[in-house]
Amino acid sequence: MRSLSRTERKTRLSNSNLLFMIAGIIFILMYGFALISYPGSFMQFQTFFDLFNYNAALFIVTLGLCVVMIGGGIDISVGAVCGLVTMACAMLLQSGTGSVFEALLLALGIGLAFGIMHGFLIAYLDIQPFIITLAGMFLAQGLLTTLHKEPLNVTMREFVALRNYTIEIPWLGTVNRLGVFIPCEIKPGVIVVVVLVILYAILMKWSRFGRNVYAVGGNRQSARMLGINVKRTIFLSYVLCGLTAGISGFVFLMTTGAGNIGNGSLFEMKAIASNVMGGILLNGGVGNLLGAPIGTMTLLTINELIRAAGVQSNLQAIVSGLLLYLFIVLQSIVISLRGSGKFSFALPPWLKRT
Amino acid sequence: MPRLKTQVNRSSHLFLPLSVLAILIIINLIKGADYFKITIVNGAFYGNIPNILFGASELVILSIGMTLVTAASRGQDISIGESGAISSAIFVQYVLRSGNVTLGTILVGFLISCVAGMIIGAFNGTLVSFFNVQPMVATLILFLGGRSIAFIIDGKVSPILANEISNRIGTVIPGVPIHTPIILTAVFIAVVAVVLKTTNLRLYVEAVGINPNAARLNGINPKKVIFLTFLIMGICAAVAGFIAVNKAGRHDSVNLLKFIMMDAILAVALGGNSLAGGKFSITGSVIGAYTIEVLNRTLLRLEVNPEAIKVFKAVFIIVLMIIAAPEVRVFAKRVLDKVKRPSRTTPYARQVD
Repeated sequence: MRSLSRTERKTRLSNSNLLFMIAGIIFILMYGFALISYPGSFMQFQTFFDLFNYNAALFIVTLGLCVVMIGGGIDISVGAVCGLVTMACAMLLQSGTGSVFEALLLALGIGLAFGIMHGFLIAYLDIQPFIITLAGMFLAQGLLTTLHKEPLNVTMREFVALRNYTIEIPWLGTVNRLGVFIPCEIKPGVIVVVVLVILYAILMKWSRFGRNVYAVGGNRQSARMLGINVKRTIFLSYVLCGLTAGISGFVFLMTTGAGNIGNGSLFEMKAIASNVMGGILLNGGVGNLLGAPIGTMTLLTINELIRAAGVQSNLQAIVSGLLLYLFIVLQSIVISLRGSGKFSFALPPWLKRT
Repeated sequence: MPRLKTQVNRSSHLFLPLSVLAILIIINLIKGADYFKITIVNGAFYGNIPNILFGASELVILSIGMTLVTAASRGQDISIGESGAISSAIFVQYVLRSGNVTLGTILVGFLISCVAGMIIGAFNGTLVSFFNVQPMVATLILFLGGRSIAFIIDGKVSPILANEISNRIGTVIPGVPIHTPIILTAVFIAVVAVVLKTTNLRLYVEAVGINPNAARLNGINPKKVIFLTFLIMGICAAVAGFIAVNKAGRHDSVNLLKFIMMDAILAVALGGNSLAGGKFSITGSVIGAYTIEVLNRTLLRLEVNPEAIKVFKAVFIIVLMIIAAPEVRVFAKRVLDKVKRPSRTTPYARQVD
């Protein structure tokens, strides 16, 4: 009995959880380092909340991409779809014909349309995901520039009210020099992020769909042998990703309040980087969904740290690239050390258990 | 069923890029019959075909490297534009600092930039082969930081490469009617063809791409092969950067070869190669690269609204990929067989019964 429980415990710590733990530890170390080196700014809770306030859209995009990446695919259109949604919603709101709710529906519709297109072509017609989502990216970017080229600021009253709406946390905050207590503020977008993280975590951990995604990402062939509908699972994962990209576009608009061509640009790369930092591998089948927000937070903390250090803007990109390099190497070393007892040649994670 | 699939795939290996090219040329001919017209201006050929060959030269070179990387490592290098920018920045700095520019200076600068490209390739290759990182993630690092490195090497915004030899490399050598980038591309393709014919590179790359573990058991070191493909990719990026910077006459670290990796990956896919590694066809990729250039120029020629060009490109890619999709092909084949067969095969079937 004891040995049984021991083996069970051994198998429990899968590569997903190991990578997730590494991601968590790295984030804590990073934030701890930030606290020690720049206590003035990072000690304030508001700094922490601002990571979410200003980057809510990136968090959401990362979540959607995470599901696809666990399923062994990739979606590089998310940033462009996010940008397209901001512009489309801004135009709808600015034209005066639509309400905020209709704009939300439009955002969801655009996201869903892209998701269904990608999902159908990739899952049922068996086309390479990179190319299809690349085409989706071109399509979204092209539609964005065709819709409107100049930045479009939304001045609709209800929307501005929504944009400026903040939730104050009365028991958290800082006292400024005059002795006035300033409570911490969070934006509605943060609530969306938290709700989505919880929803997606439950979905990936306990629902049948989530487990199917892990199985399909790990090994498509054996998933089919197990009787999983592989095509439908892949299809649904892309639909979910597209839908999330739509939501993120709306949240982006709620944060900045303007439609712009540059909105959401390079989000796909940032989201991939965040997911990798969060321990989600591009091979598929490995990763904990909670790693996605943790990875994003790590990435944002690094950026904030570099900004706080006042490094020249060109060095910023290099430093963040170097840190990404260190994380990737660290992850790879930990994984290979773990597998070195069994295999001298590194195999994909799903083969390591045989 | 699987046999049918492989048969279809084997026959369609060059069918896709060539048919697309043919369709595009037909569209162009419908638009105006003078499409193939070539005129001689200042002793050099001008016209649609030379323009396409001229414009696609970097893309062709990059797509050759991308084909090898894709085939061996089952992933894509997304930092090729950045490595081209870095290596050409080094080239420009060498030429600008050497004072008197001779052909030797350019050649040495070119070799130095090739070494720089190889170092970048080695950096990516180490991550992919020895640390076992997925290629896209490994090259994401340079994608994010590469242009800043190029800018720091430049030291200022876009240094200008104003000398006679660079100008000739970028445009035309007097007395030779063909643009120099076209010649360089042809030479590069020839070198690659010779290397693939005379060495075992193709066999090794395909073996590693199909099954790295089986390749290892057969005595091929997959890590070394993958590393080698990234080194070649680095050289390709350096050559492409060299051509691009000489064409432009100045080194713009922000916009040089920007987002060209998307086109290069597209060229690989258009050439009938699988993005999941394995067998590859350089010819297909080269034709694919030229097809992309033809597509871009066709959209311009059809006077499509510049804002909407990307939409048309996207629709074109999607339609193309649907036509080329194995599922659709198998389905089409089955339908065709059903149309053809009834008269022929039913008597046979009865006889067998």
